Amino acid sequence: MATKQTQSAARLLAAPSIGLLLIWMIVPLGLTIYDSTLNYTLQGNPVHKFIGWTNYYYFVTDPAFLTSIWNTLVLVGSVLVISIVGGTGMALLLDQPIFGQGAARVMAISPFFIMATVAALVWKNLFMQPVFGLFAWIAHLFGAPPIDWFTNDPMIAVIIIVAWQWLPFATLILLTALQSLDLEQKDAAQMDGAPPLSYFWYLVLPHLARPATVVILIETIFLLGIFAEIFVTTGGGPGQATTNLTFLVFRSALRDFDVGGAAAGGIIAVVLANIVSIFLTRLVGKNLEG
Amino acid sequence: MGKISLQGVRKTFADVVVIPGVDLEIPAGSFVVFVGPSGCGKSTLLRLIAGLEDLSGGHVLIDDKDVSDFAPAQRGLSMVFQSYALYPHMSVASNIGFGLKMAGVPKPEIEKKVAYAANLLNLTEYLARRPGQLSGGQRQRVAIGRAIVREPKAFLFDEPLSNLDAALRVQMRLEITRLHQSLKTTMIYVTHDQVEAMTMADMIVVLNRGNIEQAGAPMELYETPKNLFVAKFIGSPTMNIIEGERAQKYGAPTIGIRPEHIRISREAGDWPVRVSIVERLGSDTFLYVEAEGMGQLTVRAEGDLGAKPGDQLFLSPDAGRLHRFNSEGKAIRS
Ligand SMILES: Nc1ncnc2c1ncn2[C@@H]1O[C@H](COP(=O)(O)OP(=O)(O)OP(=O)(O)O)[C@@H](O)[C@H]1O
Ligand SMILES: [Mg+2]
Repeated sequence: MATKQTQSAARLLAAPSIGLLLIWMIVPLGLTIYDSTLNYTLQGNPVHKFIGWTNYYYFVTDPAFLTSIWNTLVLVGSVLVISIVGGTGMALLLDQPIFGQGAARVMAISPFFIMATVAALVWKNLFMQPVFGLFAWIAHLFGAPPIDWFTNDPMIAVIIIVAWQWLPFATLILLTALQSLDLEQKDAAQMDGAPPLSYFWYLVLPHLARPATVVILIETIFLLGIFAEIFVTTGGGPGQATTNLTFLVFRSALRDFDVGGAAAGGIIAVVLANIVSIFLTRLVGKNLEG
Repeated sequence: MGKISLQGVRKTFADVVVIPGVDLEIPAGSFVVFVGPSGCGKSTLLRLIAGLEDLSGGHVLIDDKDVSDFAPAQRGLSMVFQSYALYPHMSVASNIGFGLKMAGVPKPEIEKKVAYAANLLNLTEYLARRPGQLSGGQRQRVAIGRAIVREPKAFLFDEPLSNLDAALRVQMRLEITRLHQSLKTTMIYVTHDQVEAMTMADMIVVLNRGNIEQAGAPMELYETPKNLFVAKFIGSPTMNIIEGERAQKYGAPTIGIRPEHIRISREAGDWPVRVSIVERLGSDTFLYVEAEGMGQLTVRAEGDLGAKPGDQLFLSPDAGRLHRFNSEGKAIRS
């Protein structure tokens, strides 16, 4: 896109698809905004009266709202930390010349390709089940009482499941980055007498900073909308222990049958996600420039 | 200080023998150049000396101390890499000072040494920059600066100038020579470049398939090559090699004569030839000629001879500068 001509030509050619995307986005958004101003429930009154900000008021003052925001932050934050730290470790391991390296890599990446519902069910019924699950069996081996994950530590259980799904993604990106590290730099560091830990700290970590920000950006976008894992395992409970913002919106619409309230919640979620993404794109942009 | 001895140094990768066994004495303070065709093991030998590769056999001694089992940093050597291998996320100053920092040198002292090296290499105004913001020549100087501050017993250079353009190469070549004269530290230098080898070295080591073909002063290799390989490798353009009947006249199965040791005449001479290509460099002219029964020969003439492609000329080799080789390619000295 060097010259003015190519720029205007590019704009012209891209216009139809951008227009389509805009319609694609604007129509549902407009409808949601419209719904969020109505007294629109699936029970009772079939006449949807305009009620202004009332839906927003009730959604925000609902004590479940703050809890759900907090839960969203905890979930996204923990999974990010686990996948970046764990992904770096995994990538370092998979970068070593070991026997069966190719197979090990494929296996390490594979959780990413398992559907969220399937993964959550496997974890729920085969691993974390307090009576016949694998973890209960291991606890039993050591004579410890089994943990009833979804009753006592529901949030941790959900975090484990989601992190298990996203760790491979981080590993994949960080591994590719590791492989592009200049080997002569490693030699130079050896000549400079840098022990492995200093080599990692001063050379590998700065090299991984960029791919790590990309991982954070992409994962955050997906993690803000985590739903299937919660729906399948805890149903947002016990109480509100695992209700994130997405789940709260779902609950308003399909458990409380309050479409107007859910629409208001949806709009709030969109606004929050946009704030986060503006913040993140700034961060990534800065990191990708240097 | 900085005497390096290689004793029976061997290197194999899996079952490929790259260096079958090398013995070499590098005197303290000398400038040694390794030359040889691509893939002959120059870099491998340098990395063995540096400790970046493990020896498969033999010993490396620095100042009479066996360092074969020492880690690279313990050997007290510095290396300059072909791709510079600068640390991209650090400033020039941190790049140069990294080795000292790893050695636990106090900060003020690091700063002093970095400032000294930067001054020596004209890098002072770039100390705060990142390597990505420097030109090729400046990066090369940073790499050299990084090598200097550790005050090594010897410098190892692996084709340090091959990424630079011709003009910059000449300049950096002079700078490295000047550096050697002022520091008087042993330097081992790997290159492909004839001119670098001839002009910089106290001693040239010609390698072929991991073996030393000959080691000696540049003019010694030029004037008395031990074998055909060295004869062909040293000197530019390469020596003319003549075999068969024409060679037998001079009492050897193979003879060699350098382009600059042939007299040219339009009237009479030993070998009648026909000019095929003329290359004028200004001070010299190179003629590529076809000689009957000898194939193509290269001849150097001083100034412009006025010869054109297709001209008939006569060549006479300077008998005193003729090289004779036996059937195994070894030089025959009479
Ligand atoms: N890690 C390795 N594993 C297997 N073979 C290797 C390895 N490193 C080098 N070799 C082989 O050893 C030989 C010598 O390599 P080396 O890099 O020392 O050549 P070189 O003389 O430096 O060549 P160039 O002038 O092209 O840099 C080559 O044939 C190369 O294929
Ligand atoms: Mg090499």
